[in-house]
Amino acid sequence: MKIVVLVKQVPDSGAERNLRADDNTVDRASANNVINEMDEYAIEEALRLQEAHGGEVTVLTMGPDRATESIRKALSMGPDAAVHVLDDALAGTDALGTSKVLAAAIGELAPDLVIAGAESTDARGQVMPHMLAERLGYAALTGARKLTVEGSQLTVERQTEEGYEVVTAATPAIVSVWDTINEPRYPSFKGIMAAKKKPVATKSLADLQVPADQVGWTGATTTVLSHSKRPPRSAGQKVADSGDGGTALVEYLSSEKFV
Amino acid sequence: MAEVLVVVESSGGTVKKVTLEMLTLARSLGEPAAVVLGAPGTAAALVDKLGEYGATKVYAAESAEIDEHLVAPKATALAQLVKAVSPAAVLIGSTQEGKEIAGRLAVKLDNGVLHDVVELAADGTATQVAFAGSTIVKSKVTKGLPLVTVRPNSLTPSPAAASPSVEQVEVALSDTDKLAVVTKRVAEAKGARPELTEASIVVSGGRGVGSAENFKVVEELADLLGAAVGASRAATDSGFYPHAFQVGQTGKTVSPQLYVALGISGAIQHRAGMQTSKTIVAVNKDTEAPIFELADFGVVGDLFQVVPQAAEEIRKRR
Repeated sequence: MKIVVLVKQVPDSGAERNLRADDNTVDRASANNVINEMDEYAIEEALRLQEAHGGEVTVLTMGPDRATESIRKALSMGPDAAVHVLDDALAGTDALGTSKVLAAAIGELAPDLVIAGAESTDARGQVMPHMLAERLGYAALTGARKLTVEGSQLTVERQTEEGYEVVTAATPAIVSVWDTINEPRYPSFKGIMAAKKKPVATKSLADLQVPADQVGWTGATTTVLSHSKRPPRSAGQKVADSGDGGTALVEYLSSEKFV
Repeated sequence: MAEVLVVVESSGGTVKKVTLEMLTLARSLGEPAAVVLGAPGTAAALVDKLGEYGATKVYAAESAEIDEHLVAPKATALAQLVKAVSPAAVLIGSTQEGKEIAGRLAVKLDNGVLHDVVELAADGTATQVAFAGSTIVKSKVTKGLPLVTVRPNSLTPSPAAASPSVEQVEVALSDTDKLAVVTKRVAEAKGARPELTEASIVVSGGRGVGSAENFKVVEELADLLGAAVGASRAATDSGFYPHAFQVGQTGKTVSPQLYVALGISGAIQHRAGMQTSKTIVAVNKDTEAPIFELADFGVVGDLFQVVPQAAEEIRKRR
């Protein structure tokens, strides 16, 4: 089974994140840039399928030069190879444009299965897997907490507000996974060393035959007009419980008309 | 006035709150027209409620196939409707499925899409809250119509009675719309409690709750307040409470009127999912816990003393 895993480099969600003042894009220069956490679950799921069914796992990333670090980190977990879509003209690309580029790259790789994290911690849009499915004509099984593969038949348990749905499709398909699906492995020392020698193919927009004016700032279909920091919440009243903490809490809730 | 399409979310014949919020928002932008995407007969049960909140028209795009396949048929039906009626805007709930429908629609129409919108002005300027509630972004769709997903609990729904006409919409699906087959839908018990992302009050437990058994204390307070129950990642990862109820960066984002954090330290992972709540109260043993930095009212103490006493006090006051 040929599997492509989508990996996005994002600013660390555990630290302060900012938009730039000049062009309103994510400030990557001052951020600690890491693999989107949910993508590690996608990589793990791909590796488990490879261990059970054979085949190859390719990491696909679109991003600037520094995304290379995340690609090597992803490869150190075990995938065989990576494709890095890298082009100066990609700066300013929105979700719709990104889906155009990734669809072209996936089309070239012609996998049986694409696995993605259910969302990225920066944009949290959850739109990419269905945008790609729409463009590629693949089945989309999204929000999976469990994936089973029998031959070319895929079955997922999709987490919903009410519980879950069982959804099936045949390959080629795109599956997105939540962090409930597995426990990602840590890269071993051997894995880290091996990752340095694994092939990473760099693809430009021209390589993928995506016209540059359909992406980047020119091709963007949305724009950020302005942004500001939300004033931080200030700490309110804090009382130490001396036997009447519960009553004090209800007093407060009552003064705010919640009780 | 041009129509503003509101994609209806419903469950078991009941209109979800986010839909009423979107109808309220739509009234400030144009003529609200509700779109029901579902199996035949879905719309009939919803029309009265949709009218109560100002829907002047209900488009019923109904087909058994919409229910039998994941997401794609809904996007196709919606795209056909958008092309037919040229609305002023399309509003979809910012839920997993809502965002997915919006994503497909954006591709089909080659139209920009904005998600997690909390306000939308008549000129199409959207307000989004980004980076775990720390950043406010004003943005706009620059290609096509304003296609946005609206974050639940962003505004208070207000009724404005209308008598909607119901219009049946033909649904023409292609083979690629039917690739993903839904074979089973399983409801997992949440009892009579409101849904986490829609609830006005959320009571959450964290590592400090200590065990699955002890979560009864959290549930008891939640039920007295008519609240939904949430849990921190530490609590769900420890198996104290099901993952579906996780509030945080990798779980649900909630924005209720009142958020009650019990035994939750307030790590950034958790704050990301709840810090836009209107009022926050916290109970924690550790006076240094970061949750107190954002709590409007905090009690430093043992939650197993404080919470049962609070529950007793609420009962007394009834």
